Amino acid sequence: MTEVTAGATALGRPLEDLIACPSCDALYVARMPETGGRAVCDRCHTVLIAPKRRAGLRIIALTVAVLILVISAVFFPFLEIHRLGLGNRASIIDTATAFSSGPMAILGLATLFMIVIVPLIRMILILYVLTPVVFDRPPWPQARRFFRWSQDLKPWAMAEIFAIGCAVALVKVADLAQIGFGPAFWMFSALVVIVLFNDNYLCTWSVWKSLETPRD
Amino acid sequence: MEIARNAPRLTAREAGLVACRNCARVWTPDHDRCERCGSRLMSRDAGSIQRVWAWWIAGMTCYIPANIYPMLVTDTLTHESASTIVGGAVEIANHGSYGIAAIILIASVLIPVGKFIAIAFLAVTARRGSGVPPEKRQHLYEIVEFIGRWSMIDVFVVAILSALVQLSSVASIHPGPAALTFALSVIFTMLSAQSFDSRLIWDKARARRIAARHKKDD
Repeated sequence: MTEVTAGATALGRPLEDLIACPSCDALYVARMPETGGRAVCDRCHTVLIAPKRRAGLRIIALTVAVLILVISAVFFPFLEIHRLGLGNRASIIDTATAFSSGPMAILGLATLFMIVIVPLIRMILILYVLTPVVFDRPPWPQARRFFRWSQDLKPWAMAEIFAIGCAVALVKVADLAQIGFGPAFWMFSALVVIVLFNDNYLCTWSVWKSLETPRD
Repeated sequence: MEIARNAPRLTAREAGLVACRNCARVWTPDHDRCERCGSRLMSRDAGSIQRVWAWWIAGMTCYIPANIYPMLVTDTLTHESASTIVGGAVEIANHGSYGIAAIILIASVLIPVGKFIAIAFLAVTARRGSGVPPEKRQHLYEIVEFIGRWSMIDVFVVAILSALVQLSSVASIHPGPAALTFALSVIFTMLSAQSFDSRLIWDKARARRIAARHKKDD
């Protein structure tokens, strides 16, 4: 990536060739690094462009997997415990509705959003945006808005944090009762790994670039 | 490239342009919204620091009751016990699980308090400037942004336990009021960190460096 220096005439370039670091505002002439390489802002070291080989197709495959896993994880029992002949199973929905009395209901709703609904919406938005791009079709209507939303929602999708929370909860009740893992627990664990990989593949700048170029 | 190194680096603002923080596209200043992604464009977010402080105060206000009131209420055959965040960690440590006690203390005490201090430091130094190099402060900001969401772990643990441990009279766990205020505190601090315009860190540092250079020239 070429730096734009104060003396250079790089500003004569069309604006779409330039890229500004979102973190520190440094201006560069954008140049696609080799696949697998990264273009990094050399002032603040924010990664600006990081294209991956066949990223689009991989992301779509992983996203479909996540959709299936989230939907099934919601309905299967998640964890179960036994003590003195008494037992209880909890699904993810039970977990979110555990905060059900009075003002706690707000917290239950927020929990449901953060561990199921927001990750689900993000996945659907990303599928909607990327599918036409990967198959070399013009973007579907509203694709840019939906991609922006998927980026805005990113910090609020907390499925992976919930999964680590399960581990902590298990240790906490270990001496209180016997614990069993339901099928949903394993689905959720798989989901977490996939989500982490998925975010790693997504180069937002490349996506924006492909949404910008008219493809007809 | 060697020449480029010595010349001052140009920012979008100095080039008379406005950068989109969402998709990194630059525009001429007459644009209100990024035509590529639709985000609102602002060369520097003037209200940024104010919003940071507003959310910061909200987060702090919620964090205090989160530590006073119980997070978990446990009913067993013999007794009912309510534990606060710190109390719960101490209890676990007494059972011998020092690792888990450490995780809880780090996630719900060290990280939130550290975050309050870090955000306050960033907001103050973005206005006044600081001897701490901007690279370091940018790094601190990235850590705060990355780590903020992980404080929710405690709230999720409470949710899981309350859903799972419902064994009629033998043992049952209910969420305490602190679960709500703690969750709110985490959400407000995340919003506080998101409101911060990190470009302010670099503007001030640059102004100081240029001022220092002029002084040397005189």
